[in-house]
Amino acid sequence: MTIIEVQELSKKFGQLVAVEKVTFQVDEGEIFGFLGPNGAGKTTTINMLCTLLRPSGGRAKVNGYDIVRQRSQVRHSIGLVFQDPTLDEYLSAEQNLRFHAYAYNVPKQSREKRIGEILELVELSDRRRSKVHTFSGGMKRRLEIARGLLHSPRVLFLDEPTLGLDPQTRRHIWDYIQALRKQEKLTIFLTTHYMDEAENCDRIAVIDRGRIVALDTPNKLKDGVGGDMVTLKAEDNETASAELKEKYHVTPIIQNGMINFTVPHGETFLPELMMRGFNTRLLAISVRRPTLDDVFLKLTGRAIREQEAGNMDMIRQMMMRRR
Amino acid sequence: MEEVYRGMWVVAYRELLRFIQERARLFSSFGMPLIFLIIFGAGFNRIIGNLTPGVNYIQFMYPGIIAMTVLMNSVFSGLSVVWDREFGFLREVLVAPLSRGGIVLGKAAGNAAIAIVQGFILLVLAPVVGVTLTARMVAEMLPVLIVLSLSLSGLGILVASRMRSQQGFQLVIQILIFPMIFLGGVFFPVNNVPTWLSVLSKIDPVTYGVDAIRQLFLGGSLASMSSPVGGNTAIGVTIFGHTMTMWQDIVVVAIFGAVLMIAGMMSFSRQE
Repeated sequence: MTIIEVQELSKKFGQLVAVEKVTFQVDEGEIFGFLGPNGAGKTTTINMLCTLLRPSGGRAKVNGYDIVRQRSQVRHSIGLVFQDPTLDEYLSAEQNLRFHAYAYNVPKQSREKRIGEILELVELSDRRRSKVHTFSGGMKRRLEIARGLLHSPRVLFLDEPTLGLDPQTRRHIWDYIQALRKQEKLTIFLTTHYMDEAENCDRIAVIDRGRIVALDTPNKLKDGVGGDMVTLKAEDNETASAELKEKYHVTPIIQNGMINFTVPHGETFLPELMMRGFNTRLLAISVRRPTLDDVFLKLTGRAIREQEAGNMDMIRQMMMRRR
Repeated sequence: MEEVYRGMWVVAYRELLRFIQERARLFSSFGMPLIFLIIFGAGFNRIIGNLTPGVNYIQFMYPGIIAMTVLMNSVFSGLSVVWDREFGFLREVLVAPLSRGGIVLGKAAGNAAIAIVQGFILLVLAPVVGVTLTARMVAEMLPVLIVLSLSLSGLGILVASRMRSQQGFQLVIQILIFPMIFLGGVFFPVNNVPTWLSVLSKIDPVTYGVDAIRQLFLGGSLASMSSPVGGNTAIGVTIFGHTMTMWQDIVVVAIFGAVLMIAGMMSFSRQE
């Protein structure tokens, strides 16, 4: 069953097109990821789906409700964890959750029980009466996730859920997300610019400069790169390179004293190499599956890292933040 | 409609919760008004003498100080909006299924309630300054303070709806609040001043709030005064030859308030 349906959704800020005719569907129970560099339009898309921004064009439905005409129903159907913290730091964990329960009209009979359960789930029960400003970054994020789930939404939106957290905490957060999906039968829509994080998604939409440039499962996206990456080091790279070209019909590139090339199947290429023999003496060889970094590079011709965002991307980012 | 109502009480509930937990604000908000009352009172009381028979300067100023406390606490509703925006909590509120109008009313109601409590706390000074309170006066002060504080909360929210930083808000509010207090007849009667000042005073909603509380407190003494013009012109508010009664003052404040509040709601809803 489709739970999010987006058709040619666009958003313009003045002259700037932040999101351009984006179309996709998300099925119930899926973990769906939006992957792209900062300023690509991920947050803008989420804000439209969450009814915080009015689209400039196109249509979208969440849980069957139109995001422009049925905003209240959409809001009841979704939970939201923003990129930046949105907790009241001077209230306790419990008070933050209670505020949320009142705001979303969680029935009185189940309210306190639900708050207890959800705090248990994110392992914050023992800190329920502590003020939020005493919490660590990871604890705050967990509390936000808990709060987003309190009113039992159908879809949980996570905008860069692990931004600024250390690797260990990030993994922990992911464990929660996986557990939640099982327990709460949730659909999860998330944005990230961390490649390893995108690996956890069932499907990924790669978004660049406001457009979806690819949409598939992480494995299929990687297959699109054209197989596995092989890295060789030979005594004489030039000769080895020529031999590879001739015998195995690959296109080797010599880079930093290494020979790189892709083969359709790394697992079968290695035995073949051993069987057929190789005249140049090899010093080292490694085979790896392509990463989403490779996918992004192939699709956009750019690496995804923030530092490498060009001038135009920086301007896009600034303009979007300023709104 | 349910979303307006729920938005209002949820937001107001949180404002009160925050206030209870931040005890510092309870005391800090009395600071400025008390300094004015004590220093201006001590400084001017002897020179000025009685403004009208039976009303000395401190007694004259005291109702104004209560209005000033209410004013300062009411505009706090705006600071609270800016604060929430800066610390991100506003997004949690805005994405909830609550009406924007309800959220604004909740901010106003929550802070108005706090302002009213602060106003009532100042009543403990009544015996010290020599104002005799009756139960009826205290009861009548409640509607006056409700109207005044809600109206001024509307002002705070109107300003806040355009502000992104607390510093910016504080700056604008300081520029607004001090003229409003000084022009509002807290420290001098607005009838006996140069025309330009009188005109400015009479377009300041605070003037009517101060006058309402003053009439409530000094009503007895004012009535006993026999002025050749009639009525309490010396320390009241006279517009086009008509001296305002307390209830007329309240209506004026309410109209100002409704305009500010609606403008604040519209501005707030449009911005986010």
